[in-house]
Amino acid sequence: MHRSPGLRKAYGKTIALGGVDVRVEEGRILGLLGPNGAGKTTALNAILGLIPCQGELRVLGRDPWRERDELMRDVCFITDVSVLPRWIRVSQALDYIAGVHPRFDRAKAEDFLAKTNIRCSSRVQELSKGMVTQLHLALVMAIDARLLVLDEPTLGLDILYRKQFYDSLLNDYFDRNRTIVVATHQVEEIQHVLTDVMFIDRSRIVFARSMEELESRYSEVIVHPDKIAAARALKPMHERQALGRSILVFDGVDHQQLVALGDVRTPSVADLFVAVMDIQVSQAQGAAQ
Amino acid sequence: MNTQSKAISGSSIKPHALSPAAISATRRMYWSVRRELWENRSLYLAPLAVAALILMASLIGMIHLPAKLSDPSLNPMQRQQLIEQPFTFAALLLMFTTFIVGVFYCVDALHGERRDRSILFWKSLPVSDLTTVLSKAIIPFVVLPVVTFVVTVITQGMMLLLGSARLVGSGQFASLGTRVPLFQMSGMLLYHLVAVHSLWWAPLWGWLLVVSAWARRATFLWATLPLLAIGYLEKITFNTSHFSSLLMHRFLGSPKDVASNGSDMSMASITPSPGHFLNGSDLWIGLAFAGTCLALAVWLRRNREPI
Repeated sequence: MHRSPGLRKAYGKTIALGGVDVRVEEGRILGLLGPNGAGKTTALNAILGLIPCQGELRVLGRDPWRERDELMRDVCFITDVSVLPRWIRVSQALDYIAGVHPRFDRAKAEDFLAKTNIRCSSRVQELSKGMVTQLHLALVMAIDARLLVLDEPTLGLDILYRKQFYDSLLNDYFDRNRTIVVATHQVEEIQHVLTDVMFIDRSRIVFARSMEELESRYSEVIVHPDKIAAARALKPMHERQALGRSILVFDGVDHQQLVALGDVRTPSVADLFVAVMDIQVSQAQGAAQ
Repeated sequence: MNTQSKAISGSSIKPHALSPAAISATRRMYWSVRRELWENRSLYLAPLAVAALILMASLIGMIHLPAKLSDPSLNPMQRQQLIEQPFTFAALLLMFTTFIVGVFYCVDALHGERRDRSILFWKSLPVSDLTTVLSKAIIPFVVLPVVTFVVTVITQGMMLLLGSARLVGSGQFASLGTRVPLFQMSGMLLYHLVAVHSLWWAPLWGWLLVVSAWARRATFLWATLPLLAIGYLEKITFNTSHFSSLLMHRFLGSPKDVASNGSDMSMASITPSPGHFLNGSDLWIGLAFAGTCLALAVWLRRNREPI
């Protein structure tokens, strides 16, 4: 649904995002993960036409940098918490978006707002941080967009608001015609929502799988202490210690083989992320030596 | 080197099933200008507050009006001046107010949205940078002159009513209405607003908007100090003052041909004659400069990131 072949953006000397070819289909929710400074926000900003980038970038068939305003008829984004102007009244925000956006359904936004404590006469500065996010989500969900981009949309919110945010997104908004791309550090909370994950490290995509693939390919085994040598012989991609037990992550090893070694489960996205990032670090060290 | 390709599932770039109800450029502009008025209520509240003050002051001043007018030592010309002066003064005060409001508006127009990061919200809507910058430029070029005109005419009308009532109350039946050429004054005011506030000061508005789009902080200083610095450098290096006289000519004096007769505070004395005004190259150079500034402001809004 959006493609970004050869996406590059130079920040001083660092190429923030080296050649990347991303293609996401309709009806998918892609989680974008990476350590701080990995280039997530840069990539998303380039996709949204907020910053220029080297190389060719097409989103929904358009060049975001040159055609941002046309693109925004089909794309919606929340790239930061609390970017709604503090002076605006809720009713004014509704009026304005209804005035300029061809795909905004005002009644829908009002329905969402009716379920919250937000009154139409309130100004944004009178709302709590969580309510501002609710308001922004209500505005965004009332826009019939094909691609929704979220960059840390729930940063700094308490867990109730965070859960509510993703619940309403999933229940009231998401359908087969839409694509959602979300970048966040709070991956545990949203991994049940995602259909695809992508890890970015130092401007490169180091891992990209669908959740189905992730479940069928990767296994995490809490190995019995006496089977550790046998387990290591199967070439785990990652090994870590927890509570005196060794936890090994395997890629593409037969389930039956692993059951004999210990407790087998599917690794969480967070565990897999840690494993992949450790590999990246050791590879970089290897290259340096 | 870093190139890596990964396709997640297949590709599908299909045209959207829905065809959206088109929103015309005029409508987007209309809502963008309304947005500016929501955000900057001082654009009309400040002149209204000043108008209220003027009315209060003229109410107090009128207590002695009948006595002053019946002073036998006045010749008809002086008497006429005594009557007209408060009206001209009201217009000047309101124009000064909206000028100050305009300067502060422009300095913050493209800076405020980057400072509070709300630009990220505005940019998530299908409104181009060109529309946004133009909607902000419309405020000093069109909205403020219109606000000034309407508020001034209403204020002057009310002053006229109050003055007439006072004179009638004191037994002087000579109506003030026949002595105050209100229509003529309004026509002059409208011409002055268009010629000076919109067109002659266009480079000022353009410059302020461009600084507002460019500066990361201290927009007001960036808008003023470089101009002073250029004038100062010119003075110490070439011992000339072309740049500062250019600025003085533009912002303090009105176009050259004005017949300045010192103490006369009539609108005509600070307004250029149409023929001279339109024929002079100064006006057109100024407008070209303003146009360049606006184009630069559009480019900057597209390129600048939130502060």
